[in-house]
Amino acid sequence: MAERVTAHDPRGYPPKVTGKRLASRLDNLERKTVYLVDCLFDNSEVFMEQLRQWFAARLPSVDARIIKPRQSWVDDPDMRARIAADGSAAILGVGL
Amino acid sequence: MAAALELDGVPTVAVHTHVFARLARATALANGMPRMRQSFVPQPVVDRTPDQLRGYIEGADPISKRPFVQEVIEGLTKPLDQEDLQGLSFERTTPRLLEPDSSENLHRLFFENHWTDFLPVVLPTEERVERMLKGTKLPADKVVGRLRPAVFREFWEFTVEKVAVNAVMAGARPEYFPVILALAASGVTARSSSTNSFATISVVNGPIRNEIGMNSGIGVMGPYNHANAAIGRAYSLLSQNLQGGSVPGETYMGSLGNWYAYSAAFAEAEERSPWEPLHVQKGFKPNESAVCVFFGGWYTHAGYGPRATWQEKMRRCLSAVEQYSPPLLVLDPIAACGFAELGFDKKQKLIDWCAENARLPAREYWDNQWIQYLNRPRAVAGVEPYASRLRAKPDDIIQIFEPEEINIVVAGGETQGAWKMISGALRGMASVDAWR
Repeated sequence: MAERVTAHDPRGYPPKVTGKRLASRLDNLERKTVYLVDCLFDNSEVFMEQLRQWFAARLPSVDARIIKPRQSWVDDPDMRARIAADGSAAILGVGL
Repeated sequence: MAAALELDGVPTVAVHTHVFARLARATALANGMPRMRQSFVPQPVVDRTPDQLRGYIEGADPISKRPFVQEVIEGLTKPLDQEDLQGLSFERTTPRLLEPDSSENLHRLFFENHWTDFLPVVLPTEERVERMLKGTKLPADKVVGRLRPAVFREFWEFTVEKVAVNAVMAGARPEYFPVILALAASGVTARSSSTNSFATISVVNGPIRNEIGMNSGIGVMGPYNHANAAIGRAYSLLSQNLQGGSVPGETYMGSLGNWYAYSAAFAEAEERSPWEPLHVQKGFKPNESAVCVFFGGWYTHAGYGPRATWQEKMRRCLSAVEQYSPPLLVLDPIAACGFAELGFDKKQKLIDWCAENARLPAREYWDNQWIQYLNRPRAVAGVEPYASRLRAKPDDIIQIFEPEEINIVVAGGETQGAWKMISGALRGMASVDAWR
């Protein structure tokens, strides 16, 4: 029988994950303002413009507005505050 | 940002390309929002025409196979269930020791869990880790730092002992341990998740180089020295294991990968250089030992010199770099002395020349997806020098790097007056002496 060896676990210590609840959903999008957040990846602006045009053509009562954060990969509290104040929902894309 | 909007009370759907599905879900889980609404379109979005992107929108989500817009609209309007309301709280732990097993089974476990670089490792037994810990006076439970594979991922924390475990795995000796601890403390991961496949290149300066027998001569950037090889490998292994992984599709998204990620650490040839050492340039004293960590390894150009046409060659290389990743020049002492004889009696003068001669037409500079993504928002916000670069006409020739972004290190065996120009932004520095 092979000799048994005790080895260390090489992984670091992960943080505790605290559950966060999602925001309440809307009944529907009729006459709502939906912010389309361009995450600034190359060509995401074009994608968001196409999505805006899709809403204009297929769900014209939805006010779909494109908005951009001030920097890539950095939270933009001012932008979020504007979305929360004026908008009913948000679609982020394209990226993380 | 999607999680922050949900917490602001805004129902949100995050749209990703399908290759990021596992990563996006793992990130949502780590944020405590595993049921975050996510929809997917095909990869790529970059370089697709408006019509092609409209096709994505009107087509199917490649993950759920349902219509993309239906997924998005339901994500904003479908009522939440109990699980959505709760989120998910949990504590993950990693044990100090693994269950005792045979060496063969433990080696298999390390491979299967992605804890290696797929080359054999030294098993971190209690005895070996104890021996490694003798390489520092610091206590085993002292927290060294925190690392993460990307800015949107959570930080994992680690102690001196956890670094020792990975140093053992890499085959390091206890006398290398202060250098490895300094690299771990730099705050820079050697296992970035970036799609650009960035690696790190570590430069060691000061007395520690000679104390532990690091190579700054022949074959300095190759597998010809135990300390260089083991220190670079230890930094790579500790980065992936202490940050919570570097697993393709989950915590690693580098499209092409990077050979530098196996091991890339070397010493500067201070004694053979005509200039002041890198660490002194960065504020350390000559008799201090320090590490500097460069983030890059993406492109590599090379040349000789300085010969009669060196300026033309260097300008071509500087204009051929990826403009979002500044160059680290590694000069053999023969090349460095040649530049000094030409009047570059300080490193800074050559750095300034490089910055002045790293030029591109504005339209080429801006026609780069990472420049668009990272620098354009800064330019639009008026941040210099990006704003001036954006104001330039398309055919205007613009400077693409500032002198403080460019670095020079002298190393090599003087068998040839060679130099390399490697993608490398200085991201971290740390004292080695603080970890002795």
